[in-house]
Amino acid sequence: MKNRSYLALEGISVTFPTRKGPFTALDHVDLSIEKGEFVALIGHSGCGKSTLLNVIAGLTKASRGVVFLDGEVIDRPGPDRAVIFQDHSLLPWLTVEENVRLAVDQTMKGTRAERRDWVRHNLELVHMGHALAKRPAELSGGMKQRVGIARAIAMSPRILLMDEPFGALDALTRASLQDAVMDIQAKTNNTVVMITHDVDEAVLLADRVVMMTNGPAATIGEDLRIAMPRPRNRIEVAETRDYNHARAEVLHFLHQRFSNPVDQAA
Amino acid sequence: MLSTANAVATDSHPDEMTTDLEDGVVIALSATAPVSAPPKELPVRRLPAIVETAGEAAAAVLPTIVVMATLLVLWQFACGAPGSALPSPVRIWTESHDVIMHPLKGVTFHGLVPSVDGGDVGIAVHILTSLRRVAIGFGLASVCGIGLGVLIGQSRLAYRALDPLFQVLRTVPPLAWLPISLAVFQQAQPSSIFLIFITAIWPVILNTAAGVQAIPPTYRNVAKVLALNPMQYFMQIMLPATVPHMFTGLRIGVGMSWLAIVAAEMVQGGTGIGFFIWDSYNSSLLTDTIVALVWIGLVGFALDRIVGWIGRRIAHQA
Repeated sequence: MKNRSYLALEGISVTFPTRKGPFTALDHVDLSIEKGEFVALIGHSGCGKSTLLNVIAGLTKASRGVVFLDGEVIDRPGPDRAVIFQDHSLLPWLTVEENVRLAVDQTMKGTRAERRDWVRHNLELVHMGHALAKRPAELSGGMKQRVGIARAIAMSPRILLMDEPFGALDALTRASLQDAVMDIQAKTNNTVVMITHDVDEAVLLADRVVMMTNGPAATIGEDLRIAMPRPRNRIEVAETRDYNHARAEVLHFLHQRFSNPVDQAA
Repeated sequence: MLSTANAVATDSHPDEMTTDLEDGVVIALSATAPVSAPPKELPVRRLPAIVETAGEAAAAVLPTIVVMATLLVLWQFACGAPGSALPSPVRIWTESHDVIMHPLKGVTFHGLVPSVDGGDVGIAVHILTSLRRVAIGFGLASVCGIGLGVLIGQSRLAYRALDPLFQVLRTVPPLAWLPISLAVFQQAQPSSIFLIFITAIWPVILNTAAGVQAIPPTYRNVAKVLALNPMQYFMQIMLPATVPHMFTGLRIGVGMSWLAIVAAEMVQGGTGIGFFIWDSYNSSLLTDTIVALVWIGLVGFALDRIVGWIGRRIAHQA
């Protein structure tokens, strides 16, 4: 048996049947992620990033290839791979506490009181302890996504999957949520795969930035290691050579080597 | 009303309804959101609150009253002549005075417990009998309708198999079911309840199905990631997400079951508002029929409002 990484994608291809015939979204993707690594997946719209994340989550089946997590084959969704969805996807009829509670009840054994404390602990972690009884409709977009993060980390997942978690937020809110994620990551040391459109976000948060080529039949174009020490402060790192170098490299990939397919067509 | 709601249910493709439901939920929930304090008003001379409330209430009902009065007066002028085919309001008042003024005739109260004695009873007693029948028929239709709606909303196969059948059957008017119902059940009581049931069930099925199909895919994904079992999925996701659609169906259904009551009670003699109309028609008491029409209208209106109110209450809690 070969020595696999904690998360190992081996030869993943995804083909969707369409009216015009089969559409190949991903073609032979290999990716290895170590335990505790924070990996950002970046690429233009329609490059199959979300498809790749859904394959890891088990929500989309790979047409070919296998995903291993900690040596086990993944073929269906499960609470060991928590997903933070772009649209937060909180259930509007449940309160903040009940939304997290639903996830905790599915994943955690222990007494009622222990589970309640764990729910509250995780909501405190994202600074939402004040809104336990509120419903999602009463919260701002940023607050909803904080609850979405709390719900995911409260599941104590083996891997945390984020699907453009801050894509729908304004720049200031996004920055404060990025800080919250770095803060939590320092405490929990989760293994994270995050999809993003945002170069700064990728370079600031991730240990590795994985860049995807344009679809159809997208695959991994480049895999850049970000060696900056942690904790990272967004203002301080912005001045450093490492940061700007990494940023330039990602920009070069996205805008020179694989520029936006829409622009190319125009 | 029926045609629009059913059209929603039938024309919708499972994936195209997502935003509809989300809107519905957002609207339902935003009502619970705290309202920001109104800006401080400058000190203005204002009427006492009670006068103001009474004024608003008057402004709300006054137009209705004026229109009603005008119509009654017009009706009186049009039909006031002796020998007019349609009785005028004044003639209705004099000829059906007993029916109008003694709706609880034949009921004696022993303390608070009413008991009906004798065959010749007041119109309220007929109404109550009819309401009981509707409660049974509509109750059955709700349970079966929601069950079938969930089935065809959830399973593409069941949808393909059953939806065409439902689409055809729902257009059959209540009266057309009457002979079949009598032939199958042989007895009046079950066949009149079946008639109500079969009239009310279609909008419940179709709207529930539309609601289930409109559950946003992200909620399904949440359920998958959390690995909810089918029972949990039903209780935690499907039911709360579908409640607004379900109650649209129930509301149309209760209206339709009330519409079916006259047909249902034509087969079942003795009591009930449908029987009362049939009976007054056979006795050429047209004025009694008109009084019964007013009662039917008012009760149907009340039923509609009650189901709508329950739906809103549940949607707020859910």
